[in-house]
Amino acid sequence: MSILVNKDTKVLVQGLTGKTGTFHTEQALAYYGTQMVGGIHPKKGGETWTGSKGESLPIFATVAEAKEATGADASVIYVPPAGAADAIIEAIDAEIPFITCITEGIPVMDMVRVKARLDRSKSRLLGPNCPGVLTPEECKIGIMPGSIFRKGSVGIVSRSGTLTYEAVFQTSNEGLGQTTAVGIGGDPVKGTEFIDILEMFLADDATQSIIMIGEIGGSAEEDAAQFLIDEAKKGRKKPMAGFIAGRTAPKGRTMGHAGAVVSGGKGDAESKIAAMEAAGIKVSPSPARLGTTLVEVLKG
Amino acid sequence: MNIHEYQAKALLKGFGAPVAEGVAILKVEEAEAAAKSLPGPLYVVKSQIHAGGRGKGKFKELGPDAKGGVRLAKSIEEVVSHARDMLGNTLVTAQTGDAGKQVNRLYIEDGADIDRELYCSLLVDRSVGQVAFVVSTEGGMDIEAVAHDTPEKIHTIAIEPEAGVTDADVAAISKALELSGAAADDAKALFPALYKAFVEKDMALLEVNPLIVMKDGHLRVLDAKMSFDGNALFRHGDVRALRDETEEDAKEIEASKWDLAYVALDGNIGCMVNGAGLAMATMDIIKLYGKEPANFCDVGGGAGKEKVAAAFKIITADPKVEGILVNIFGGIMKCDVIAEGVVAAVQEVGLKVPLVVRLEGTNVELGKKILNESGLAITAADDLDDAAKKIVAAINA
Repeated sequence: MSILVNKDTKVLVQGLTGKTGTFHTEQALAYYGTQMVGGIHPKKGGETWTGSKGESLPIFATVAEAKEATGADASVIYVPPAGAADAIIEAIDAEIPFITCITEGIPVMDMVRVKARLDRSKSRLLGPNCPGVLTPEECKIGIMPGSIFRKGSVGIVSRSGTLTYEAVFQTSNEGLGQTTAVGIGGDPVKGTEFIDILEMFLADDATQSIIMIGEIGGSAEEDAAQFLIDEAKKGRKKPMAGFIAGRTAPKGRTMGHAGAVVSGGKGDAESKIAAMEAAGIKVSPSPARLGTTLVEVLKG
Repeated sequence: MNIHEYQAKALLKGFGAPVAEGVAILKVEEAEAAAKSLPGPLYVVKSQIHAGGRGKGKFKELGPDAKGGVRLAKSIEEVVSHARDMLGNTLVTAQTGDAGKQVNRLYIEDGADIDRELYCSLLVDRSVGQVAFVVSTEGGMDIEAVAHDTPEKIHTIAIEPEAGVTDADVAAISKALELSGAAADDAKALFPALYKAFVEKDMALLEVNPLIVMKDGHLRVLDAKMSFDGNALFRHGDVRALRDETEEDAKEIEASKWDLAYVALDGNIGCMVNGAGLAMATMDIIKLYGKEPANFCDVGGGAGKEKVAAAFKIITADPKVEGILVNIFGGIMKCDVIAEGVVAAVQEVGLKVPLVVRLEGTNVELGKKILNESGLAITAADDLDDAAKKIVAAINA
């Protein structure tokens, strides 16, 4: 089993014809035949996209049209920042069940607008400013490097893209492998939060342990820790390791991710680490020891 | 991006918010004319630097008994005398660090008769994904201390984006601030205006501390701190024009030209990393091994080789840097692009300090091949832990 995506997931690409969209669609197609079923371009509907190895996909003018023609149940967005919010809204309006937005640098006010629409829609949004989601040997949506994955038992959820890769790489090296890895993204206003993914991992039988990677800013990690404490009281609990990036970050400075800033006396690493440990997560002091920390937890 | 108080007030005035009359000056000679243009007889002379705590701040060059960075004046002569004292000197506040900031601009403002000082800020409340007013009757002081000591005195009112600030929202804010009479009437225009300014200009933070109730019962924006969403500056040429580069670190300015996420720090290990989380984690692991990072640098996902080279040059140009750690886990970023950028930069500016490179992920083999064949003195690392150990060892050697 897995969460969010599997071998049956059919994926549209918004922003397919750009350099980034093209590169990562080729990678996805090469990854165990992920079902990429079409691209969207308002002016190129009816044309065909061709990859560098001769792959081809139909292009549609709108998401709604593409969904109708392909039966897609997911969409991935590589549209540049200025147009990305509208791309998400188009996917929401087309009632795409699962939307992943990779784009980094979307204005926060645009995401406030998207969030209002999302909250009364049927869609789930992952991201923006995220690496996407990957279920090993089944489906790759986004930009995670497929080569480091290995089918297995660990569920991984992270606010940081590259730290997701660290966790994947290390759990592969430890022989544990992954059920699904999910990058929820580093923006302050986003779709899916830690709690949503943790709920799915707790419910997924194949996921036997979980790695959660947070970073400074906001209180999503504290909220997730409280959720885990509440679920544990109901008897739902899985072994967990974690990491918080930004212990050494100066206060008041935004560290790359728009959401990674300690401000107003909130969002520092220490309070997050304390909350996660209170929820029974073993927090690794080093990002290089995520895998070994989880192995220690599993050995008890 | 931050702007000065006087710029923020001018912007708010354009949205109809009540602000005092004032004039910004760069030279002492301009002080007299500036003061004469104001109604008087009470004036305020305010240092314009991008840091808070100015009133309680101290000038390095003046004695410990000298007044701070925000001063009252009861005559035009006093305005001029304060201007002479303040301009060109270095103001140290709780937020500037020990180095302080040179005061290059003053804002001379009409004084106000203050009855009550309130706190009002707008920010994006990420827990609900909406813009929220954060207000308190405890204005004029450090709001973080208020939040810590008396959290019940802080009220948060989130605004539905599609409805905007409703009458009910204004009533809730006014109640939280205990406004009545003329102030409550002023509130009906002020709070929607602040919200409109925040949304239209893509602000990240708008802080009015204090918002005052004057003795005549009306509201006035007495201080204003404003910062903008860097990701939205592309659509606000007017805001970009307010940037004061003298307030920013030269390396950070250069980095921003390349759209690099770069923050100058105090340590001596330069870092170039892809991804904000990994970049922070790289700083953390350097510290774990007993050293301090010289910078945060995320080259991002879509960087080309020129951008990578630019980042590398900014890092090597920092005289504090005694060693460099390049840590790349390629996803959207390809390892070969990083390798080409590093090689190009080193060929151009040379390499005088140890360089440890850790590459993993997309096109890793190609990246390693480029580095190996470059003939440069690069120490390769297998993983993040190995990389951190090697750069720390190289610096200690």
